[in-house]
Amino acid sequence: MPPSLIAEQLLNGLQLGLMLFLLAAGLTLVFGIMDTINLAHGSLYMIGAYIAASVIEASGSFLLGIAAAIAGTALVGVALEMALLRRLYRRSHLSQVLATFAVILIANEIVRMIWGSQPILLNMPPALSGPVELLGLRYPAYRLVVIGVGLATAVLLYLLVARTRAGMWVRAGASDREMAEVMGVDTRRLFTLVFAIGAALAAVAGALLGPLLAVQVGMGENVLILAFVVITIGGIGSIRGALLASLLVGLVDTAGRAFLPYLFRQMFPAVIAAEAGPAVASMLIYVLMAAVLYFRPTGLFPARG
Amino acid sequence: MRDTLYIPLRPWPTLGVVAALALLPLAAATLGQPFYVVFATRVLIYALIATSLNLLIGYGGMVSFGHAAFVGAGAYAVAMLMPAGVASAWLLWPAALLAGAGFAFLVGAVSLRTRGVYFIMITLAFAQMAYYLVLSLRVLGSDDGLTLSNRPSLGLVDLNRDTTFYYAALAILLAALAGMRVLLNAPLGRALQGIRDNETRMEAIGFATYRLKLLVFVIAGAAAGLGGGLLVSLNGLVGPNLLNWTQSGLLMIMVILGGAGRLLGGALGAVLLLVVEEAIAEHTIHWPLVIGVVLLAVVLFAPQGLSGLMRRRA
Amino acid sequence: MTMLRVGGLQKHFGGVLAVDDVDLELAEGELHAVIGPNGAGKTTLIHLLSGALKADAGVIVLDGRDVTRLAMHRRVRLGLARSYQITSVFPNITVLENLALAVQGASGRDDRDRARTELGAVGLGARADDLAGALAHGERRRLELGLALATGARLLLLDEPMAGMGPEEAARIVDLLSALKRKRTILLVEHDMDAVFRLADRITTLVDGRVIASGAPEEIRRHPEVRRAYLGEEAPQ
Repeated sequence: MPPSLIAEQLLNGLQLGLMLFLLAAGLTLVFGIMDTINLAHGSLYMIGAYIAASVIEASGSFLLGIAAAIAGTALVGVALEMALLRRLYRRSHLSQVLATFAVILIANEIVRMIWGSQPILLNMPPALSGPVELLGLRYPAYRLVVIGVGLATAVLLYLLVARTRAGMWVRAGASDREMAEVMGVDTRRLFTLVFAIGAALAAVAGALLGPLLAVQVGMGENVLILAFVVITIGGIGSIRGALLASLLVGLVDTAGRAFLPYLFRQMFPAVIAAEAGPAVASMLIYVLMAAVLYFRPTGLFPARG
Repeated sequence: MRDTLYIPLRPWPTLGVVAALALLPLAAATLGQPFYVVFATRVLIYALIATSLNLLIGYGGMVSFGHAAFVGAGAYAVAMLMPAGVASAWLLWPAALLAGAGFAFLVGAVSLRTRGVYFIMITLAFAQMAYYLVLSLRVLGSDDGLTLSNRPSLGLVDLNRDTTFYYAALAILLAALAGMRVLLNAPLGRALQGIRDNETRMEAIGFATYRLKLLVFVIAGAAAGLGGGLLVSLNGLVGPNLLNWTQSGLLMIMVILGGAGRLLGGALGAVLLLVVEEAIAEHTIHWPLVIGVVLLAVVLFAPQGLSGLMRRRA
Repeated sequence: MTMLRVGGLQKHFGGVLAVDDVDLELAEGELHAVIGPNGAGKTTLIHLLSGALKADAGVIVLDGRDVTRLAMHRRVRLGLARSYQITSVFPNITVLENLALAVQGASGRDDRDRARTELGAVGLGARADDLAGALAHGERRRLELGLALATGARLLLLDEPMAGMGPEEAARIVDLLSALKRKRTILLVEHDMDAVFRLADRITTLVDGRVIASGAPEEIRRHPEVRRAYLGEEAPQ
């Protein structure tokens, strides 16, 4: 197997991992601080993608599209938190799963009413549509930008959580909510803020991935499950765990799909390899998650004791 | 002596409901709507599946987010065996049951080591594994799934007649509900509900909680597998969508709508959801919106579900 | 006859040694109290003995049988049961059903008659058909104790059975434990020193996870290190 192919797949894995991190960060913070499962996180990702698509189409500016997606989705997130999530914090996980599942059904239909059922094909900015040379490797420029933005956002978020006062509250809240309240943190406002940030991050991922995947109803669901796999592996509530698990899942999934069929062809008869290769590749991250939970029932970096 | 967990059998209402269900095909024929018999059969099968999930969620506190996988195991078992020459429902349906039970044993053995939200997530992960497995295996028909040319045969009874199939499904559902009532009234049922309420304390008074939970998980998986086998027998086709995680979500919705932890909760929820869906789907393509709003209202304002509401008024 | 023998028991959380090389021996029928300041490792010791936590090192021998690696429920079936410092009963079922569950857990049979006997033993006979959630604090503490008793365990590990009780309720527990003495072997963790010195055959003092003294109540009362580390002026003269 040529090294350039391996390098390309590694970059693809990194890109998937970073995008997963943008989604997982919001999810894991909401879970860590509010002890709440939010299935509707995938819907925020979808809404971000749709807003970006509409604004880019209307204005022709990709940057404007992303900015609008961030602002619009954060607003939707705040509205969702104040209208619904707030009522669910002290309820059982089962109630949270069902209520936010209901939000998925509602959000999908509202999007369908506004934008229709046809997938929207979003063009990438013309300046970035070609490949670039990178250490002798030709790689799509747009994907490289996605990696760059993903990295920058991840670093920004890390600094925000690790270095700022708001971040300190977040960490305090994640490990011990009562302690945070004793410290005088206005948890109500903190929750809304965290939710808005999570929504904005999801929108960034949705907008960036728009040109690579089709923008369509239901796009949030598969990616939501992946993000859940990530935060479960990482240890729910842990940003560090989410980052590492994102990269792990991104790399394992991409490498599995790229190399497993190849590997299986070397090991098994062609008939079996053709069947088993793709099958195992698509199950790989779930196997990974089950294995992690088998040995560490609370994930790699549990945030609470 | 007061017995808080005992589920009584109320003979007259039970007889009334069973009689009404038994007469339903006749009514459909009289109204000239034979299509409703097939629809009602589907509702009965989902009632069985949702009941099995209610055993896990409502009585065992095991919030499984992957129940559709067991339904799929049973459905694909039947869909694989029929083309291989097995035609008798006496073999096919037990095979579906075993497929559900076997897969539930594997999933449960690993998943039940975890608790709380991790349990929700790991059951989801296993269901996703199963989903992608059938999606990518060509022997299982990949995207398109598998179709059957015939319904299984049940000895002298002809399942190709919709009415006969309806009665077979009804008999199975009633047997399952009766079996569940016996199980819940038995010491095992009390232990299960004790585990739901306080697992650590149950261990501290001598219960092998892991083993008990696994046993019940396998029983529920078996019933779900049988439900899957019945579904594919009825429809003559099965696709990977039957295993999709949204299916698991819909099954959970049925349980909550009907009332988790009530004997008839799963069945009521299945009837409610499928009937409402059928009724709205005629009028708007946006019917999931209505389901979503109803579900939201139930979770926020009537967490005990339909049977909770009925109980409160009674 | 030795009911319980513990050797070199150790448990740490992160860098902290919560239980540090503890040896302990309880003769059959003995009431053995474990005292010590908060954070001394008393509750951790009960967690280790009951099987709620796995020991890092050491052995636990119950009635001649090594139970160090056995799960909690297996130890219960061998005759070792515990109570909790924070009441942990089943609030949504009746008091009698609570005890029946404990009988069932240890014996496998739903035996209401035996449950009723245990109910009388903890003085809750009049509340048999009330929901456990409706009990007053003192009654809940007695039910908590009753759950451990109803397993039929020969060795009871009681974690502060008098926690949060007024003097009247505490006296009832002392009476109850006196009645149990000799019939069952008891390891009692308790802060109420009056009760401890009245009831115990022997006392072990734990400080920072280590046994600093162990012996008859009179020895412990006079033990200089115990007085300094823990009893202070509280010690009944």
